[in-house]
Amino acid sequence: MKLSGAQQKNDIINAISVKEKTKMKISRIQLKNGFNATFVTVLTIAILVIFLAPFAFMVFTSLKTQDQISIVGAPIWPAQPPVYEHNGKEVEVFTVPLAKCAGFDPSSGATRNLALVKKGQKESTFLDPNDLGRGEFICAVSWRSLDRGWVFSPTWSNYQEVWDTIDYPRLMWNTTFYAIATTIAVLISCTLVAFGFSRFRFPGRDFLFIVLISTIFLPGAVTIVPTYTFFQRIGWVGTWLPLIVPAFFANAYDVFLLRQYFMTLPRELDEAAMIDGASPFRVLWSVIIPQSYPALMAVTVFHIVYAWNDYFGPLIYLTTNRDAWPISIALSTFNSIYGQRPQLIQAGALMALIAPLILFLIAQRFFVQGIVITGVEK
Amino acid sequence: MFEQLSNFRNSLPSLKSFRSLTPLGRRELRQGMWFLSPWIFGFLAFTLIPIIATFFFTFINLKITDGIASTPKWVGFDNYVDLWNDNQAGVNPKTWFQGGTPGALWVTLAFGLIALPVGIFVPLGIAVLMNNKHLKGPNFFRSMFYMPFIVPFVAAVFLWGGMLNSQTGWINRFLVEVLNMSKDSVPLWANSGAGEWGWIYATYTIMGIWGIGNAMLIFIAGLQNVPTELYDAAKVDGANGWQTFWKVTFPMISPVIFYNLTLSIVGLFQYFLVPLVVNQGTGRPGGFTMFYNLYLYRNFFLFQNMSYGATLAWVLFVLILAVTILLFWSAKYWVYYAGESHS
Repeated sequence: MKLSGAQQKNDIINAISVKEKTKMKISRIQLKNGFNATFVTVLTIAILVIFLAPFAFMVFTSLKTQDQISIVGAPIWPAQPPVYEHNGKEVEVFTVPLAKCAGFDPSSGATRNLALVKKGQKESTFLDPNDLGRGEFICAVSWRSLDRGWVFSPTWSNYQEVWDTIDYPRLMWNTTFYAIATTIAVLISCTLVAFGFSRFRFPGRDFLFIVLISTIFLPGAVTIVPTYTFFQRIGWVGTWLPLIVPAFFANAYDVFLLRQYFMTLPRELDEAAMIDGASPFRVLWSVIIPQSYPALMAVTVFHIVYAWNDYFGPLIYLTTNRDAWPISIALSTFNSIYGQRPQLIQAGALMALIAPLILFLIAQRFFVQGIVITGVEK
Repeated sequence: MFEQLSNFRNSLPSLKSFRSLTPLGRRELRQGMWFLSPWIFGFLAFTLIPIIATFFFTFINLKITDGIASTPKWVGFDNYVDLWNDNQAGVNPKTWFQGGTPGALWVTLAFGLIALPVGIFVPLGIAVLMNNKHLKGPNFFRSMFYMPFIVPFVAAVFLWGGMLNSQTGWINRFLVEVLNMSKDSVPLWANSGAGEWGWIYATYTIMGIWGIGNAMLIFIAGLQNVPTELYDAAKVDGANGWQTFWKVTFPMISPVIFYNLTLSIVGLFQYFLVPLVVNQGTGRPGGFTMFYNLYLYRNFFLFQNMSYGATLAWVLFVLILAVTILLFWSAKYWVYYAGESHS
């Protein structure tokens, strides 16, 4: 069949327009995607800013003086109303719209920080501290309606004050010692137990593993009474021992995490080592541990943060011994000591959270990995 | 984790399985137990024996008055009877809101009604956002939303306490200076009176939002495990976004919702550190911050009434056990495990 010239032409036009349409459609999808990406990302940033606002609140408040917190209308950042010395006395500085002032362009939208020389209801006299040559001039504004020109004025000494009152270096040492000692204990004990659960087959193993997991749901209150009484009898209350010694006996979370990871490692390697006559301990040390770096790091960072932030344990066992306090206990006393001085509370909070924050920023991928390893979907 | 728990019945070893062990099997048993021994010893010393001892304490009269321990004597079920009649504990539903004063169990449950949905839906919402294919830099945002999880609990309470200060806090300043609310109508948050206890629970809930990190990561992992073919199929069938969420996403992530919900409920019954720090554990105002576990803690450490504390603890244990069993039973109606047949 032979097509007529007109039809052929038509077909070509159709083909071109289809191509054009597809092109347009693609660019519209791109546009839509671009819009969606912008929308979703901006929304996430907005939520994140609200979510993390307390950090900014903490930093700003910790740099304020008592007055800067209580002045009505003061900005949220540490600001001081500036003063200017004029003819031997201090005058306040205000932000004045220049359009209202004599000698300036009436259509100008600019504002300037000016020293208020003479207060008035309808007109006030000002002086520009940066342009003294102009001399005093009158602006048609009520000084009461003006904002004060705030300048940034941080008070670093709050940190010094907290540092001195609570003996910060000793608290840091106590907390670091507790975190490191229990982390080592947890790493040793949980690795051994997780190895036992993942590499040996014997009757009752699965039952014991279920018992282990169930302890996660067990309320601590049901064991604390006799445990505390026992530690009191043997004279350990007031020392670090009741907090460190139990860490040598493994805990469900970390055993579970390590066991899940060990299960994913191929058995061929340790079977080969066994055939070569390696003892189980040797297999653990030379075959399993070198392959388990991510899981062991996850346990390490989780446990350091857990111990650093632990409040309940030190609260019941160490309250009586001030010299052994970790930072969380010292910080909790701030509410009663500094109830009226929020700047010191916020400075203390910053000094308590800076260490775990730095650890998180350095090792954040291990935190995320740890959750993934536990294979949480089931 | 829960899959292993549901295998409980099959995991019980029979005597026969021990008797029929080969010499090689016996060696494996010996070596395996050697590696488990730290945990087994710790479990006996710090969990099993204390639980039994706690149970025993509930039947005797053990307390310290003026620094002198009472001579323990057998009192039978007296502690349980006392607990049943204790308005402050509020275990008996008839007395749990006597004369305008709530019982500790009522406080715990009322707070849970506000805190539990927030504790599930906020991390789920953020996880959905993190999982959105249009989001630029999801790893950065994921880390940032997780970050507050590592802030020491006391510091987090102080930061939010400052944010929620009724005069100088940013939230009320925002309400007054930006939204032009009158200074008398803004909430007092943690300092609210007994008549406005809802604001106190809201304060605690907001303070708890910083702890969503783990739940969020678990939800993200769950969302990433949903096969994309299911979304494509839903699209072909003409499902809208809402239908897709309820018919595809929700069933597929129901196991992680179940996981987070169970841990949240177990945590709710043990909630007490925030009221201990924020309201000094006094229950102010009017007993509305006297949570069950806080009441338990006070009986034990403050009033040194070991037996009554132990009774409260055992009742808490049974309550948590009952709720957990109820949850696991309900799971078969709404939790979907892929690869499981529903015959």
